[in-house]
Amino acid sequence: MTTPSKADATADRSGDALPAIDVRQLHKYFGELEVLKGIDFHVDRGEVVCVIGPSGSGKSTLLRCINRLEDPTDGQILIEGDDITDVDADVDALRSRIGMVFQSFNLFPHLSVLRNLTIAQRRVHKRSRHEARKVAEHNLERVGLLEKIDAFPAHLSGGQQQRVAIARALSMDPDMMMFDEPTSALDPELVGEVLAVMRDLASEGMTMMVVTHEMSFAREVADRIVFMDEGVVVEDGPPEQLITDPQHERTRRFLKVL
Amino acid sequence: MTKRQQQQLVRAALYAVFVLAVLAILVIADWDTIQRNFFNVEIARDMFPEVITIAARNTLLYTALAFSFGLAFGLLLALMRLSTIRPYRWLATVYIETFRGLPALLTIFLIGQGIPIAFGTRWPILLNITLGLGIVAAAYMAETIRAGIQGVHKGQMEAARSLGMSYTRSMMSIVIPQGFRIIIPPLTNELVLLIKDTSLLFVLGTTPQTKELLKFGRDLLNTRFNATPLIVVGGVYLMITVPMTQLVRVLERRNARSR
Repeated sequence: MTTPSKADATADRSGDALPAIDVRQLHKYFGELEVLKGIDFHVDRGEVVCVIGPSGSGKSTLLRCINRLEDPTDGQILIEGDDITDVDADVDALRSRIGMVFQSFNLFPHLSVLRNLTIAQRRVHKRSRHEARKVAEHNLERVGLLEKIDAFPAHLSGGQQQRVAIARALSMDPDMMMFDEPTSALDPELVGEVLAVMRDLASEGMTMMVVTHEMSFAREVADRIVFMDEGVVVEDGPPEQLITDPQHERTRRFLKVL
Repeated sequence: MTKRQQQQLVRAALYAVFVLAVLAILVIADWDTIQRNFFNVEIARDMFPEVITIAARNTLLYTALAFSFGLAFGLLLALMRLSTIRPYRWLATVYIETFRGLPALLTIFLIGQGIPIAFGTRWPILLNITLGLGIVAAAYMAETIRAGIQGVHKGQMEAARSLGMSYTRSMMSIVIPQGFRIIIPPLTNELVLLIKDTSLLFVLGTTPQTKELLKFGRDLLNTRFNATPLIVVGGVYLMITVPMTQLVRVLERRNARSR
């Protein structure tokens, strides 16, 4: 895996295939507060990138900007070459190519597990009931919860809910998956099952961007780790290097208190 | 005397006054006249079956029409109030404040007078009834529905959008169904209020076939010089409304438990 330094992340990469996610000079303000201060960031196809950093560093905001749950104030975001910050961009179509997993699961509580997985397939991809069900079954099997297909979210544990949420995102056949602190709301004993599913996904070659505090997961699974602090990317490198030999004082300080 | 004894004394005195008052009324009241004028079995019997087949039926029909209109239009107003487009928000706010601020009777009267003047008289009476009550109901329901929609966690909308569903689709399939679950009790309360407000519809003018409960009772009061019809009609109202308010209580309890 290539490990470009921060400087050439935005340089002309015409020699390579287009990156899955290419963020250029992204700025985001909430009112007067500048949360992202000119982020340059990319994820290549098939790459797993973990984003770490203290709370309030802007890592979740970065992730949410990438599928436009937050509107960037300035800068560009290219998804496989398509500019989603363009006013004419079809945001709905782009979003269906980006699977999203939230910290608080956000399953639809009024729908069964099956309907959670099929509703967007039917409405967005216009799949038949039969086809959508088959896709749902396949993805529930992947996360090991096929037997819960008729259950309602309230009857599932947190870990199971998050696995269903991952299956829901996968059912849209996304090109990449984004995880926004997927295990932070879970009881410690339930973290493992969710990480296991994510590990499987990574080994199948899924492009993934993971905002996380799970350092051992990041170290084991990530191709690159990105450390953010106060709205900037401080350091970006392979896990071993970033964890054992961080180049910046701020990274060192963060890793020490962890 | 201790404080506790004082309290007991006061309470005993209050009971004594109450019992004396009831006794006085019982003694003073002219029971024959009361029975003849309020509980006349013969007059009550004459009211059937029309009090049910015409009057109660009309009351329920008008309620259903106005409620349906109010719900649909109220939903639209609620979505306008939550819109990011400022003129929509503004229009909805003006509408809601206006019709919540006016007496319902004035609005109904205005519709009844206004529509024939503006659009001619060929319109069916049911249209005036639906609009007259529904316009007011929509204003109240809009605020209830808005609260329901805002009560749904914003992660639900985000999850739906992140799957590629449009704003409208996400609202319809994900947010609104959950919002309505929250507001079933207050909406049932609005329905009870609406049932009682059908009694204002007499200002639109009635025929024997279009009378609702109160108009039916009042007309008999005038022709038979007897208050019994009002008692009967009141009983019918209660037979409709009390089960509904009980239902609200059950629903509220269930809602509280599921949260």
